[in-house]
Amino acid sequence: MARPSVSRKVFVGTNTVFLVFLCAVTLYPLLYILFSSLSEPESLLMYTGVLYKPLGFSLESYRRAFSYPLLFSGYMNTLFVLAVGLAVNLTLTAFGAFFLTRGNVMWQRPIALVIVFTMFFNGGLIPFYFTVKDLGLYNSIWSLIFPTAINTFNLIIMRTGFAAVPRSLEESAEIDGASHLTMMFKIIMPLSLPTVSIMILYYGVAHWNAWFNASIFLRDSYKWPLQLVARQVLLQNDTSRMAAGAVQGSELAISETIKYSVIVISTLPILVIYPFLQRYFVKGVMVGAIKA
Amino acid sequence: MDIKNNALAKTARAYAGGGFGKRAAKDFKRNYSLYLIALPVLLFYILFAYKPMYGVWIAFTRFNPAQGIVGSPWVGLANFTSFFRSHYFARLMKNTLFISAASILFSIPSAVLLALLINEVKSKAFAKTVQTITYMPHFISLVVVCGIVADFVSLDGLVNKILALFGAEAVSFLQMPEYFVPIYIISDLWQEVGWSSIIYLAAIVGIDAELYEAATIDGAGRVRQVLHITLPGILPTVVIMLLLRLGAIMNVGFEKIILLYNPMIYDTSDVISTYVYRAGLENFDFGLSAAVGLFNSVINFALILISNTLCRKLNETSLW
Repeated sequence: MARPSVSRKVFVGTNTVFLVFLCAVTLYPLLYILFSSLSEPESLLMYTGVLYKPLGFSLESYRRAFSYPLLFSGYMNTLFVLAVGLAVNLTLTAFGAFFLTRGNVMWQRPIALVIVFTMFFNGGLIPFYFTVKDLGLYNSIWSLIFPTAINTFNLIIMRTGFAAVPRSLEESAEIDGASHLTMMFKIIMPLSLPTVSIMILYYGVAHWNAWFNASIFLRDSYKWPLQLVARQVLLQNDTSRMAAGAVQGSELAISETIKYSVIVISTLPILVIYPFLQRYFVKGVMVGAIKA
Repeated sequence: MDIKNNALAKTARAYAGGGFGKRAAKDFKRNYSLYLIALPVLLFYILFAYKPMYGVWIAFTRFNPAQGIVGSPWVGLANFTSFFRSHYFARLMKNTLFISAASILFSIPSAVLLALLINEVKSKAFAKTVQTITYMPHFISLVVVCGIVADFVSLDGLVNKILALFGAEAVSFLQMPEYFVPIYIISDLWQEVGWSSIIYLAAIVGIDAELYEAATIDGAGRVRQVLHITLPGILPTVVIMLLLRLGAIMNVGFEKIILLYNPMIYDTSDVISTYVYRAGLENFDFGLSAAVGLFNSVINFALILISNTLCRKLNETSLW
């Protein structure tokens, strides 16, 4: 192969510089928030210019944020929805996918059509709202679990995963007299672990991010998931309860840094876990793209 | 072997013979436990997908929750005509289509470009680092991203601090209609460009390496290789992604808009789905809201159908 030409060298150099710049632009907002959250509130308020490190050092905003009861209950509610919701998601989605991949079932096609049609047409927000309300789920944390129990896209991905399990393995289990449930949990699920783990990630991220249904269905703030609490603090600027009791005049300053620490508290866990899961997520994108 | 064949023949005969009722009964006897497994799944779809579809009836009534769907006064198409005649109609259509189109126009090309650039990096470790960092914002929740955006573009936020270095006067960006779409698009790029590049990167990696070798032997330079091999190679993926986005053009990032907008900038930020939300759940005009929602659903239905048919024709890949 020929030695790289001058223009090639220029391109490689520019490309490297550009990508480094892109990384800096991506990371800086996050670092800015981290620095700000650790800064002394008063100096941050006075400061004009770009931050390279925390201004002074203060954990006061974290202390206040952590002592905010809604942040704690929000975390707990989110964890509850994650654990219970995921169990419901996985069970129902696997049931659906299992049913759709069995041979020789008379009503399979019509039922598949009933399911797929929902991807094309939906009743809209208001009918959905009243349906959930009529079921008695208003102001109940189950409104964050049952209405989103199955995502049809995910169901289709799971069906494709299940369909890839070799028939011969299923047949031998059938001869051994395995029931459907044994077949599903003991044979098919373990053999489609990559698909199952992608389901866990997809549904998990969806639960972690969800706030809208909570905002229309949950009246009592102690039932709110973390994201809805974060919305209250970050976008509706409700930091008064956390900032209360600060020295007269410094409430404004402290409420700014409280916001930053709430961002850090509600985001850090996922950013710490993410690099370890990145591989699976990336695989998930591919599988989703190919199979969907 | 004979025994097995016999059994098969018997089942086949059993399935072929008999009327519908008989077949259904046989099928049920054979598969009842499977239907039992499908039951909760069907129940979910009936309760949370089909019952709301029946609820579109609300769009034709002056709905009052106390009277229920059947008890509420029937008004025919009045909700629809009042929406089409209102000044909202043109504004909502314009904003919905404009924000969607702008977001497609920026997000797909920049993701493709990023994939091409990452693909040119020789060092595996550097490429991996760039990927890890640019994928990262995808994992920050929407609420927090919007919180960050709102803080950065506020009067004493980071953006104004940076602009102040160049002597610009501080502006409250989220209160000025002309800045909403740029804020929406730029924050969207920041959060998603890395993540959306994955799929194009995969398509690039999937291109046959022999094509490049042949091109090198023929004396084609790097740029020509990109133009004549890489880009045509990922074109099917790009077209599919484009069609999927076009099929969903009426579904702009509605949650993001609700989190970021305010009455001062409704002119450029209010879209159909945010209007449905406000009309129904803030102003309690349920009939109107359901009518606008139904209008949106019907258009969506047609668009998804078209884009899916096209996808299928092009690539034998489709939504289902």
